[in-house]
Amino acid sequence: MSLKGKAAAIGIGELKPVKEPGDLTALGLMAQVAAEAIADAGLEKKDIDGFLVGVPFSDPGMIYPASAAEVLGLNVRMLNQVDIGGASPAGMIWRAAAAIDAGMCSAVLCIVADLNKVGDQRPPVISVQREFEAPYGNIGANCGYAMIAHRHMHEYGTTARQMAKVAVDQRTSALKNPLATFNDKALTIDDVLNSRMIVDPLHLYEIVSPVSGGAAIIVASPEVAKRAKNPPIWLLGAGEYANHSTITYAPSITESPIKPAAAAAFKMAGLQPKDMDIACPYDCYTITVIVTLEDAGFCKKGEGGPFVMEHDLTYAGDFPCNTHGGQLSFGQPGLAGGMSHVTEAIRQLMGRGGERQVKGAALGYVNGNGGIMSEQSSLVLERRS
Amino acid sequence: MSEYYKPLPKPSPTSRPFWEAARRHELTLQRCGACRAYIYYPRDRCPKCFSDKLAWERVSGRGKVYSFTVVRRASSRAFSDAPYVLAIVELAEGPRMTSNIMAAPEDVRVEMPVEVCFDDVTPDHTLVKFKPA
Repeated sequence: MSLKGKAAAIGIGELKPVKEPGDLTALGLMAQVAAEAIADAGLEKKDIDGFLVGVPFSDPGMIYPASAAEVLGLNVRMLNQVDIGGASPAGMIWRAAAAIDAGMCSAVLCIVADLNKVGDQRPPVISVQREFEAPYGNIGANCGYAMIAHRHMHEYGTTARQMAKVAVDQRTSALKNPLATFNDKALTIDDVLNSRMIVDPLHLYEIVSPVSGGAAIIVASPEVAKRAKNPPIWLLGAGEYANHSTITYAPSITESPIKPAAAAAFKMAGLQPKDMDIACPYDCYTITVIVTLEDAGFCKKGEGGPFVMEHDLTYAGDFPCNTHGGQLSFGQPGLAGGMSHVTEAIRQLMGRGGERQVKGAALGYVNGNGGIMSEQSSLVLERRS
Repeated sequence: MSEYYKPLPKPSPTSRPFWEAARRHELTLQRCGACRAYIYYPRDRCPKCFSDKLAWERVSGRGKVYSFTVVRRASSRAFSDAPYVLAIVELAEGPRMTSNIMAAPEDVRVEMPVEVCFDDVTPDHTLVKFKPA
């Protein structure tokens, strides 16, 4: 059993995020990106017969998929919500492929959108987290990633400059991405290190910025892909893993569940990290990229810091990584932040990278990461020549 | 006494003995009668072997800082008194706990030995915290 080559991404829709949501609604953003993705694929709305959706923090609800599908006017043979945090978009791709391979449907709309509602309004967490985390101030994602970074520095000698380099290179690529939130000014390592310390050792420019926006991807069967407008981007491999929710209870905080997720994805694809032309690792923080590159096998454990210093991570570099700027420069419109890695990989492999196109990109690695290095969903994608 | 406005633990039937011990200034953990693992946070079954033979034991209160951060700007307004030191403490008995280190931020290091202390934040609530050993 394998999903290798069983389905392809054939269309994308993605909005330029905005800082202030104004009169926008999450459902309205979904309608926009759905229309854009369906048109991009060269399909019509009636062709969509599968629906995977992430529940927005700004407008949550029970029995969400049918409600959102009703708003969009969809009639579908398969519907579900995917609730694995920032890994949800990558997780949607293989779930869509699995449903297609099982004969349940033939064209799946995968969609996420959210508003940046400023304030103390945080998504609810389950009882044990309210009981054993919140009283000590372990609230939100910043704290956990800061503790990962501190431990990584302690175990492997990773430095603040190495972590900052990730934000710098990604910003260089973002300057060529009209959709990126932060695309008007290059960054230096010193700029990053001189930005305000928020949670030691992470500075402001190492932390994603919440914004409002949305994105959608159409995943289709080989038959539907034949009539797509774009070159189909085939799913070659997928792997998923989780071994904790709160980072305190992870077996290791520096070696993540990305390791088994990526290994499974590469095994299914029959490929190795070195075969990839581009990498799109989820980047809620700079340290996330370093840990991902290590655990996905692009470098040895503990060598992620030196690796990002020795390689040019920009679209023009020897290791093109998050060529859309990553979430750090693109912004994080809720779960659509995690879809930006998937849309960018698809865009690059389709040859639609514009000024930041990586020449000859045919194979890409994507990792989606949820919570505090918790849910991991890795994909290997291919454009066939 | 000023009003305490940070989140407080609401004990469940499963965890109540842990918080009652904390009010007596004792650190207790569940221990699995089958696989002998110490367990934190409290469970109804052992997360390692799924046995339901769990018993409470008073433990040493000694541990080390597995990792930490100094939260300078908190994600929640309840912690607007930042900075504070948030840490993962690895107990001598094995389990890791989320807690606070009651020390100046500049004095905290990864792997630093710590010992338990108890913060009676309200007449009814005691939080389990740690200080340099």
